[in-house]
Amino acid sequence: MSILIDQDTRVICQGFTGSQGTFHSEQAIAYSTKMVGGVTPGKGGQTHLDLPVFNTVAEAVAETQAQASVIYVPAAFCKDSILEAANAGIELIVCITEGVPTLDMLDAKVKCDELGVRLIGPNCPGVITPGQSKIGIMPADIHLPGKVGIVSRSGTLTYEAVKQTTDVGYGQSTCVGIGGDPIPGSHFIDILGLFQEDRGTEAIVMIGEIGGTAEEEAAEFIRTNVTKPVVSYIAGVTAPKGKRMGHAGAIISGGKGTADEKFAALEAAGVRTVRSLADIGAALTEVTGW
Amino acid sequence: MNLHEYQGKALFADYGLPVSTGHAVDSAEAAIKATNDIGGERWVVKAQVHAGGRGKAGGVKLADTPEAVGEFAAHWLGQRLVTYQTDASGQPVSRILVESCTDIADELYLGAVVDRASRRIVFMASTEGGVEIEKVAEETPEKILKAEIDPLVGAQPFQGRDLAFRLGLSGAQVNEFVTIFMSLAKLFADKDLALIEVNPLVITDEGSLHCLDAKVVVDSNALFRQPELEAMHDPSQEDEREAHAARWDLNYVALDGSIGCMVNGAGLAMGTMDIVKLHGGAPANFLDVGGGATKERVTEAFKIILSDENVKAVLINIFGGIVRCDLIAEGVIGAVEEVGVDVPVVVRLEGNNAALGRKVLAGSGLNIQAAESLTDAAQKVVAAAGGAS
Repeated sequence: MSILIDQDTRVICQGFTGSQGTFHSEQAIAYSTKMVGGVTPGKGGQTHLDLPVFNTVAEAVAETQAQASVIYVPAAFCKDSILEAANAGIELIVCITEGVPTLDMLDAKVKCDELGVRLIGPNCPGVITPGQSKIGIMPADIHLPGKVGIVSRSGTLTYEAVKQTTDVGYGQSTCVGIGGDPIPGSHFIDILGLFQEDRGTEAIVMIGEIGGTAEEEAAEFIRTNVTKPVVSYIAGVTAPKGKRMGHAGAIISGGKGTADEKFAALEAAGVRTVRSLADIGAALTEVTGW
Repeated sequence: MNLHEYQGKALFADYGLPVSTGHAVDSAEAAIKATNDIGGERWVVKAQVHAGGRGKAGGVKLADTPEAVGEFAAHWLGQRLVTYQTDASGQPVSRILVESCTDIADELYLGAVVDRASRRIVFMASTEGGVEIEKVAEETPEKILKAEIDPLVGAQPFQGRDLAFRLGLSGAQVNEFVTIFMSLAKLFADKDLALIEVNPLVITDEGSLHCLDAKVVVDSNALFRQPELEAMHDPSQEDEREAHAARWDLNYVALDGSIGCMVNGAGLAMGTMDIVKLHGGAPANFLDVGGGATKERVTEAFKIILSDENVKAVLINIFGGIVRCDLIAEGVIGAVEEVGVDVPVVVRLEGNNAALGRKVLAGSGLNIQAAESLTDAAQKVVAAAGGAS
């Protein structure tokens, strides 16, 4: 069992014939991800990596019954690509690209919500259900099919957590990088809810970082909705307070957003927090009794 | 990316917002000449730096004579202004804004920011303008009025009217406020802003509204489509090493510890600093070398880290995802040889080809310690830097 994707998920790639799209699609195919085609406007009708190329996502969906799309197009075109996929009937959009303008994401997010489309990213490593399907840029060989669900705002921190859960032999049900941008397509609470419902996920690792209030919202969600054990690490205890311009940022956050406040909120919700990144695996053993 | 007040006000003026007549100058002579161009008998002189809290720090003054304007400019130009929003060394002043004087009857606050929680541009307004606004927000949050902007339809006049009436405005002020609100919302959306702030938004003795200050932050991700804003970039307001690092696509922030850190990924870089601290060390910097840790970038990262004379040891923590650790190891060796690193270097490699990478490091004959784990790396580098503090 898993969340979001499994071996039957039919995946297309937007920006398929570009260097990023090509490289990571090859990796995905090698991992047995069910890639069914790709989209590059103007190259419809061609074949790339032995898969059909389409001019539009709508054509790709009609021909391949694709359910998920991974986006590698440059940041300037991501909003357009996300909206194209959402309007074409794609159910899960994973946007890997970093540097997407924030106002573009406000629009894209509202539209995805309205259409009932799940968006992961941007600026994220993607989603992997080990042994079944890999949609993104994460290194395949650190993963192990298993029972821990991992959700994180950071790419390389996710890999650390994955490595530790692999080393102790627990493995992962699904790993989701939600991305570090101010306006992500999915928040912690969206993914936590899916892990809680998933029978294949027995424990959850959540990795947050300073800034915003997503971890505080996650703590509240866990307190009322999650019965599975949760281990959490928050990066940035030592991060300096940045130079600031004006007051608006501080006013909107109401003084929240520091690592200490996030740790406190999570602990109050019954989450086992670790202050050292290296302790995630050991903490999982402790809370699960495995 | 931050804009100066004078640049923000130029944008405000383009959008028809009420701002004072002013000139940004870079010499005392030009400052005195500006008083003549602006006219009147009193002027406000304001040091242009990327920070708030300038008034309390002496960077804003009322001047009654052109000579006093010249003296202020002569005093501040070339100096650094330290406010509670800057670091201890402050920000360099290379321009002074000379403005006509405004009579103030009352001070309001009006700002807008992209709010992560509601996923909207949110306007905030308050009757409590001035620098104490953060305290107001913390202690009496009900005094901060908010309006969320729907991304699909944009700001609407009724939202401006609602704020205006709740601020206690009346008569012509209400329409003036709605116009300001709508113009700011349009500016925010047109120019890909991340923050806009008018603090204070004043009510003059005549009862009309006037934007006395302008803080504008642009979304750096959107600069590719905002060339005229990109041209306003003032690198003098940024830390020299940070700006240099940015040119190499390295994300660097200087800190005051003794352990230089070089890490791939922003989250892991923060996690590495945290674990160094947990083991009694003090990080000298945050440095994210990004996904492609090539020899060239590792070399440049070394140069930046070692330009900080407080650095006594360097920790390199790389989780090789797609990039192979043996290639990173070779890059580190090449960089150490090229730069001539004379402090201990601890390297932790994990992920793709990590074992091979460690072997390459061990065989280099250089003063590089290969760490077995993250904890081992933190302990080794803290010891190498002279032990826990």
